[in-house]
Amino acid sequence: MSWEVVIGLEVHVQINTATKAFCGCSTAFGSEPNSQTCPVCLGMPGQLPVLNSEAVDKTILTGLAINAHINLESRFDRKNYFYPDLPKGYQISQFAIPLVEGGYLDIPAKDGGEKRIGITRIHMEEDAGKSMHEGLDGVSHIDLNRSGVPLMEIVSEPDMRSADEAVAYLKQLHQLIVFLGVSGANMEMGQFRCDANVSVHRPGTPFGTRAELKNLNSFRFIKQAIEYEVNRQIELIEDGGKVVQETRLFDSTTGESRSMRGKEEAHDYRYFPDPDLPPLRVSQQDVDAIRAGMPELPGQLRQRFETEYGLSSYDADVLTQTRELACWYESLVAAHPADPKRCANWMANELLGRLKEAGCEIEQSPVSAARLAGLLDRIADNTISGKIAKDVLDAMMASDASADAIIESKGLKQVSDSGEIDAIILAVMEENPDQVTGYRGGKDRLFGFFVGQVMKASRGKANPALVNERLLELLKG
Amino acid sequence: MDIDVKKVAMLARIRLTDAEAAELGPQLGGIIGYIEKLAEVNTEGVAPTAHPHDAAMPLRANVVSNGNRREQLQAVAPNVESGLYVVPKVIE
Repeated sequence: MSWEVVIGLEVHVQINTATKAFCGCSTAFGSEPNSQTCPVCLGMPGQLPVLNSEAVDKTILTGLAINAHINLESRFDRKNYFYPDLPKGYQISQFAIPLVEGGYLDIPAKDGGEKRIGITRIHMEEDAGKSMHEGLDGVSHIDLNRSGVPLMEIVSEPDMRSADEAVAYLKQLHQLIVFLGVSGANMEMGQFRCDANVSVHRPGTPFGTRAELKNLNSFRFIKQAIEYEVNRQIELIEDGGKVVQETRLFDSTTGESRSMRGKEEAHDYRYFPDPDLPPLRVSQQDVDAIRAGMPELPGQLRQRFETEYGLSSYDADVLTQTRELACWYESLVAAHPADPKRCANWMANELLGRLKEAGCEIEQSPVSAARLAGLLDRIADNTISGKIAKDVLDAMMASDASADAIIESKGLKQVSDSGEIDAIILAVMEENPDQVTGYRGGKDRLFGFFVGQVMKASRGKANPALVNERLLELLKG
Repeated sequence: MDIDVKKVAMLARIRLTDAEAAELGPQLGGIIGYIEKLAEVNTEGVAPTAHPHDAAMPLRANVVSNGNRREQLQAVAPNVESGLYVVPKVIE
């Protein structure tokens, strides 16, 4: 009998507000250590936290995007634990009544359909500071610039059954967060952090005891860590052992996890309502206004790109990875409306490839949508072939010149004059009498040889369709 | 009311001798017992009180209002280095 894997995920997302959750300190990344702190986020006595309205709005927006219920009244609680990067000795969080409850995300399933992953809740809380240990002897260093930065914690149901499903859910969630513009969601910068609860059991029996995996800061590590944990638990049980409920820290350099059991007892958080913070009340009108401002979401956009522009699901997927990509594609189509598919091909295959090599995002593309459209126009009207167009695009990446200017200055205009093409063909035939005889004797596959020679002789400028047509004619003899 | 005084002390990072724990146990038990009197009140149909004041949370605009006051704020710290707080090593 096989084992079934059960995974639930907790994702901490840094909300991209200008200021912290409960004070007017900046949240800018990479500033001088401890330069963005105040008595509130340092946990000094006698201070009163006041909640950031933008953090509330962005959490509500995220809740609406996962089809969840928004609690018009929610509460804040204190989660107590001791750690030097948590100066108050407690984290302000939402325990009993979170702002958002009961949503879902549909992820692509193995059978090609969709699988619904339940989302239990999204609650608001504050981030802790940063501790540094490396290269220090007997001490740690603390930077509290991050202390009090607003977070939303998105808690899924234990609905995932494999590491791949967990990664698919996370990628979908990550894309959604990016689209909504509620977080930078940069995983390396810790703006999108994942903890995984993993257990195994025999199908049809109650869930097994779970272990919590921490410190998963890339999609690859998440997959590795879950797979390692699943194998560890199955081996343990099959050897007659028992899984204990514990927190495990994944080490990406060894690909293994180790127990943090020593901390278990400290995980008695003694939540209680924060007396400094009265209930958070939001009005239905506020929620409706936020819903009205909701941008088009990735799934809807993908669907629309397929139906409205006739794109393949692959291209539609590539071009809806971020809101910036989708916007760029739509401005390209607006500038070259005749052929949305050509737009997709050139953007997805040619432009994005070159941008990746140059290490820049679509927003920094040296070629604007209007300029690329100018190039596509010249392919459409047969001024240049697709092959020459790739060279023109290379030149455009390195200059501000228009496609027309480059075609003109480099003399790349396609030769579509049948007289000129005939002259080239006849010269090629004269140079290769054996191949001509061979072709005429029935070696049809030599046709490709002639096409190649003619294109070469014209330095790629001959109109390929016309070359084919004239070659057929002239080779007949 | 029986209380695990040692555990509570550990959670609060307070070091107690056995004699102190033995003395404090009944005292804490007495306090909890006193508060437990509230359980005798019939609260059927009464909504739980979220906050003693019937107030909603005021919100703050998302505007930076604090500058860099590191020097002043770190003046009370026992140990700082290059702008960082120095604490006993905390990693396992």
